[in-house]
Amino acid sequence: MSVVQIILLLIVAGITGMGSVLDEAQTHRPLVACTLVGLILGDVTTGVILGGTLEMMALGWMNVGLAMAPDTAIASVISTILVITAHQGIGEGIAIAVPLAAAGQALTILVRTITVFFVHKADSYAAEGNYKGIERMHLLGLSMQALRVMVPTLIITLISADAVSNFLNHIPKVITGGLQIGGGIIVVVGYAMVINMMDVPYLKPFFYMGFLFAAFTNFNLVGFGGLGLCLAILYIQLKYNNKPQAPTATTTSNGTVAMYDDDLDDDLDA
Amino acid sequence: MEQKKLTKKDINSMFLRSNLLLGSFNFERVQNMGFCFVMIPAIKRLYAPGPERNEALQRHLEWFNTHPWLTAPIFGVSAALEEEKSKDNVLPGSSIAAMKIGLMGPLAGVGDPIFWGTARPVLAALGASLALAGSISGPLLFFIAINVIRLSIKYIGLKYGYEKGNEIIKDMAGDRIKKLTEGASVVGLFVMGALVSKWTTINIPIVATRIKDSSGKVQTQTVQNILDSIMPGMLALLLTLFVSWLLKKNVSPLLIIVIIFVIGILGKAFGFLG
Repeated sequence: MSVVQIILLLIVAGITGMGSVLDEAQTHRPLVACTLVGLILGDVTTGVILGGTLEMMALGWMNVGLAMAPDTAIASVISTILVITAHQGIGEGIAIAVPLAAAGQALTILVRTITVFFVHKADSYAAEGNYKGIERMHLLGLSMQALRVMVPTLIITLISADAVSNFLNHIPKVITGGLQIGGGIIVVVGYAMVINMMDVPYLKPFFYMGFLFAAFTNFNLVGFGGLGLCLAILYIQLKYNNKPQAPTATTTSNGTVAMYDDDLDDDLDA
Repeated sequence: MEQKKLTKKDINSMFLRSNLLLGSFNFERVQNMGFCFVMIPAIKRLYAPGPERNEALQRHLEWFNTHPWLTAPIFGVSAALEEEKSKDNVLPGSSIAAMKIGLMGPLAGVGDPIFWGTARPVLAALGASLALAGSISGPLLFFIAINVIRLSIKYIGLKYGYEKGNEIIKDMAGDRIKKLTEGASVVGLFVMGALVSKWTTINIPIVATRIKDSSGKVQTQTVQNILDSIMPGMLALLLTLFVSWLLKKNVSPLLIIVIIFVIGILGKAFGFLG
């Protein structure tokens, strides 16, 4: 591998590393990442085929909410490098990619935890109106994600393929598994912060209602959003439109009905 | 009185920045820094340096998480609301926050199935099937198609949200702001309750009972099975309330996060979590 190739590989590694956290341009998907690595190493066809194969495996891998998919960025970049430079088959590529995806996931967890420190720094910048500082913290988090793929890629280009698979087999399951368990639980900290932010005691029952509905039904989030909206409209109507009325005013008069409709529309717009 | 208004350039700058929204994705407040990062052009335009600007920056550093492409309309509405707030400071900052939370859940709920569940897998499968034959058209097709969809959704969403947000504000009078705030809080709290139950994963695999059924098979029941049969998500709720209480007592969220990871690793090691 020439120096130019190594530099180009590192750039691609950085882009895919950022891509895997951004989830915007989809550069981290195997279809794109493997193709780029193949292009650099002068074997596009192998890159494209490996990319297609891994993409099929990873079709359902997605980051939903706070749940993290296995990392396709490290898996794609490094497995393609190993397949092309060590003249391995697509099957070996897959065998290497899967543990790499798991290792990449652990690294992502690490970076997402480290980024918490930057968030706290950003808090103090915000308090003094230093928006440039906040921008710096945000971009620092992004650079860490780039390094997350760049550093392993650099190591791979410098050492042999055997040493890599050896190393991967030596990460204790307890650590990777434990971090994954922690990742599933850690979300409650975020929830707790939002709840504290919206701390209106008389509205708290709506929180418990949401919880109970989720616990005993199979509604998806669209369902919860819709249901929440209906509850909100009902609540507002009951609270603001039911001012004590003169006993003579019959609530079924056309005028009143029309008025209710208007308010409902307005609230819906809101 | 001088009226501050966002320019086309500000909106475009927000659009460009929104491509980096998830860059600082973190376990404590998820997309918060990204959200603030995207709002900065608007905040700079609307608030002169001083306590109001600082407050605006802090307001957008709160916990936030939704589908990354569908944050666009939320940015639009938030920008319109900030514009209104900067005029006469009648609109409370908390209603901007509540609006964000209220829109977040439904949009994530729409975006995940449409983009992650449908558009991307379909296009990727199409691209991959071409790629398996070694054709470069596969990756190209996937990359171009998905990005055309993404960029148009984001740009239109931002514009639409900003215009809609202005309309909402024009309609506002009297109780409207309070109604809006309370309404958004109701939706937000309701969805938050659902999230606690659905998006938290806690599993205690310790075997509680072993019963031989009629066919001689051993049926085991874990602690988690028993808890789920009482009320699914119970532990997540209790933990959320406990953390909320700790935070109110000014315990550092960072400390809580570290402890949870340590418990996760210990749980894996000793088998009480899985």
